[in-house]
Amino acid sequence: MNMIKNKVSEREEIEALLPWHAAGTLSRREAQKVEQALASDAELAIQYETVRQDLVETIGLNESLGAPSARAMQRLMADIEADVSTARRVRSSFNLGEWLSDRLSSFSPRTLAWSATAAALAIVLQAGLLAGMFVNDRQGGPFITASAPMEQTVKPGTDALISFAPTATAGEITKLLQTYKMAIVEGPTGEMYTVRLAVTGIPKEELAKVIKQLQDEKAVRFVGQKSAE
Amino acid sequence: MQTTSDEALIGRIAAGDKLAMQVLFARHHVRVYRFVLRLMGDPSRAEDLISEVFLDVWRQADRFEARSQVSTWLLAIARYKALSALRKRPDEELDDETAGAIEDPGDDPEVAMQKKDTSVVLRECLKKLSAEHREIIDLVYYHEKSVEEVARIVGVPENTVKTRMFYARKRLGELLKAAGVERGWP
Repeated sequence: MNMIKNKVSEREEIEALLPWHAAGTLSRREAQKVEQALASDAELAIQYETVRQDLVETIGLNESLGAPSARAMQRLMADIEADVSTARRVRSSFNLGEWLSDRLSSFSPRTLAWSATAAALAIVLQAGLLAGMFVNDRQGGPFITASAPMEQTVKPGTDALISFAPTATAGEITKLLQTYKMAIVEGPTGEMYTVRLAVTGIPKEELAKVIKQLQDEKAVRFVGQKSAE
Repeated sequence: MQTTSDEALIGRIAAGDKLAMQVLFARHHVRVYRFVLRLMGDPSRAEDLISEVFLDVWRQADRFEARSQVSTWLLAIARYKALSALRKRPDEELDDETAGAIEDPGDDPEVAMQKKDTSVVLRECLKKLSAEHREIIDLVYYHEKSVEEVARIVGVPENTVKTRMFYARKRLGELLKAAGVERGWP
């Protein structure tokens, strides 16, 4: 009884594999098993013939569907180009987090210990500044909503728009900011950052001179005075 | 002449090689298009969709783990996108079950039979299969996918693949019988 059941299930198994045998996608062992069964089972052989007909007509039907126009490739390449440009812009934008991470991973443990101390000091200083701002705001500052633009909380000063050269390293950008005593106060918007050159307004001639100097810097791609809003 | 393998092309695409992308596209886009067209039935939408499939390949090439053939990966992405697009159609909000049950409204096989051409009748019957049955027959016969690869593309166990194929063939036989073609099976 069990032997008959096994024979039936084995035949069903072979029957199920016929399409893959016709398509030539069975393993060698499975293909041999199917070949043996086909040689000894006439009914299975008839079924296999129908499978072969189905395969031929399925190929014929699919081949008759034609091909897409050249527009598909053009659209793909345009999309890829747009993707590459976006990625390039993101890469060329100065990423503080990435820069910090790169720098920290290259430092020795001793340097890291000093850096941690310096960072702690910076946090304390920043906390002091924030507390100061909070107190100032409480003493008559305007009411600001959480969604209001950041500019409202920044004191007026002399700002410039700047974009860095794609080849500029994080080190070069940091050095540039230190040399000119600039601070990034906004951005990036596209590739542009807003940098604060001075906390107060500076004379026009002096500003033009600084902008000219910045333009000659290797790490700078573009710099210009930010128009007053 | 030795051609670059699909896997090598994917490696180059992951490194940002646009030429490799063009080669891969040239190699596979027609088959992917036909697979999508059979699922969606709209040449213009199928064309739009294959650009999206290959754009996904461009973006995800570095995540390809070579556990399956590149063509299997392409068809799996194409299938996912085609079904997502079909689901988004406002006039055809189909769940899997409904989508699977719908048969393609091709010419009547009986009309084709009157022309005494079995080949034409068989093709008409293939068109009349449900989307689920059409898909599996195309994957096995036209795209030459193994049981394992079909399982990967469709996202079902291998035994389900075999059973589904069996019932697709059975249904095809019934449609042929109804059109007057007797083949001795089923």
